[in-house]
Amino acid sequence: MSNTIIKVENLSKSYILKHQNTENYTALRDVITNKAKSIFNSSAKTPSATSEEFWALRDLSFDVEQGDRVGIIGRNGAGKSTLLKILSRIVAPTKGRITIDGRVASLLEVGTGFHPELSGRENIYLNGSILGMNKAEITRKFDEIVTFAEVERFLDTPVKRYSSGMYVRLAFAVAAHLEPEILIVDEVLAVGDAEFQKKCLGKMQDISGEGRTVLFVSHNMAAISSLCNKAIVLEKGTLFENGPTDKIINSYLHRGERNTGETRDDSPAAPNAKLKIRSVKVLNENRNSVSELNNANKGFIEIGFEVLQEGRGYDVSFVLNHAQYGPIFTSCLKDVDTEKNDGRIWKKGNYTFVIELPMDMLREGDYMMTVGSAIPKMEVLDHFKYETQFFIFDSVSPVAKTTEGRGGAVLPILGWEEHNFTNS
Amino acid sequence: MSRNRIVIEPGTADSNYWKDLWNYRGLFYFLAWRDILVRYKQTVIGVLWSVLRPLLTVMVMAFIGWLFNSATPDNVPRLLLVSAATLPWQFFSNSFSDASNSLLANSNLLTKVYFPRLIVPASTVIVCLIDFAISFVILIGIMVYYQYMPDLKILMLPLFLLLALITSIGTGLYIAALNVKYRDFRIIVPFIVQFGLYVSPIAFSSSQIYNSDRIPQFAKYLYSMNPMVSVIDGFRWSILRGTTPIYMPGFLLSAGISLLFLIIGVRYFRKMEKTFADVI
Repeated sequence: MSNTIIKVENLSKSYILKHQNTENYTALRDVITNKAKSIFNSSAKTPSATSEEFWALRDLSFDVEQGDRVGIIGRNGAGKSTLLKILSRIVAPTKGRITIDGRVASLLEVGTGFHPELSGRENIYLNGSILGMNKAEITRKFDEIVTFAEVERFLDTPVKRYSSGMYVRLAFAVAAHLEPEILIVDEVLAVGDAEFQKKCLGKMQDISGEGRTVLFVSHNMAAISSLCNKAIVLEKGTLFENGPTDKIINSYLHRGERNTGETRDDSPAAPNAKLKIRSVKVLNENRNSVSELNNANKGFIEIGFEVLQEGRGYDVSFVLNHAQYGPIFTSCLKDVDTEKNDGRIWKKGNYTFVIELPMDMLREGDYMMTVGSAIPKMEVLDHFKYETQFFIFDSVSPVAKTTEGRGGAVLPILGWEEHNFTNS
Repeated sequence: MSRNRIVIEPGTADSNYWKDLWNYRGLFYFLAWRDILVRYKQTVIGVLWSVLRPLLTVMVMAFIGWLFNSATPDNVPRLLLVSAATLPWQFFSNSFSDASNSLLANSNLLTKVYFPRLIVPASTVIVCLIDFAISFVILIGIMVYYQYMPDLKILMLPLFLLLALITSIGTGLYIAALNVKYRDFRIIVPFIVQFGLYVSPIAFSSSQIYNSDRIPQFAKYLYSMNPMVSVIDGFRWSILRGTTPIYMPGFLLSAGISLLFLIIGVRYFRKMEKTFADVI
């Protein structure tokens, strides 16, 4: 079995994080001032004082065989995009070696290089050549691209007048008609309407059906499991798991149990503080602290706080934010048992509350939670200084089973009752 | 198995870089084509700008030369003398400043797609070359007006054009790569261009410098180190029937510096290229 088409050996990539500079480029004057400083004071090493090495990828090794469709899975910041950028030769690795046998086309963004002033026709040629096609190839595929994108009538209109849907369709259509031996795709299906996403996924299935190799990054597990035969899990820049898709997705989803989605703040409270939030946890159905929830099961938030001064009217609340859709809801302690909690005198000590999340209406994605405390309309008591992050995986909603996308921040399943008023 | 084997490793050792560049020649063409198409969209007089801008400069520089009463060779109208220098200068200054900015202007491409990065500044220079070709109308217009007929020396013009191209690409690549890392060059470049307009033989001619008694020898050498001196002297010599003689040592020094810039520019660009997407 020497059908290896991509061989990745000990791949590492580090970035230097600069803590003081807000801009990521160097200004010559800084270099000169730093040099000057080091002349006068040989012990002052300004760069090392303010910078830190960050390994986006570390010692990554894997092989991809010809015709494999590989899904790359991992949380935000796991190194997926860096890996794709190195494979596409956009950035160079710090260590290691990759051998690729074949022409690579990568689609890290839809419509790279589209120019708003140019017409659809002109942009097809421009974008095609940017993606590595030659003129004859584009001309040959031109009609097919136009038909796929459904923009026949607007071919000579500048794309700045296109609707965003048309724009995305045209951009994907160009990319979909590339004929590389290896296709690298990053999360492009996250854009466009549901019908078009379906069409794109179908096109990608066709491509891989022709024996070409596909590397595909997505947060959409349904898309990965329908398209890919193998999967790779990245975690903090290292290879976590590698194998057949079903097995990997399954273990990826249960992996959350090993990781705790727990944030604590044990720092001393301000001298006159009345209340301080101490801990926030995400719990699964077994009340274990996790960083990922599956909406097939129950999920809870646990908030622990300390009352430092006896008093009344204290309220604690949290805001749940979806990474893509923003705030979903705010929930307050005083929402329930108003009578009991309104007049309640909070004695000094530690308190813990567990709140069940409405799992059946939360859609898949990365969530972020902020917790605060106040006496409503009077004073703010505390803001928990950490954001608690977790991921919800959708395995039960009707959307999870198809590749269909659906708008909206929540995904409630509502009862649809048929009423035949005309018959009565 | 496959004929295209790509090895990705740290460092710059990339054996088939030039072959890659050749494979991407289509993109080179399309980027230049895009810039030309876009430049004059939504402008009223469109491509006339390519003529108007240099024409105004020619007139201003001719006026300055007339004001300071700088000498013109026999039978050469001042407008012709000045425009033979202004056009290559404009070509250089446009391509120098456009190329220096080209990588930043295309940063969305640099961070999303692979291609030999050399294509970006190089295609910018080609766009300027096309502008230059259009602006030649001015020169021809002036020649027709004064009924001035060039002799066979005009056949040497392509050679000097090549020298202009070498100068523009060499310095353009160098400054483009520097600009990615050190944004100071955004401020320095307009200054260099402005400064260059006065130290290049545009309002005056090189012979006035070389024959002057008031200018010390080292300043004459310094003057010859401007790569545009050789380009402009060459243009004048071949267009104006050799009435403005070329001072050979100065010409060679200046042309040598052009070549040196090309070598330094390409090497520095190649060295920095792999980090562009990281630092841009």
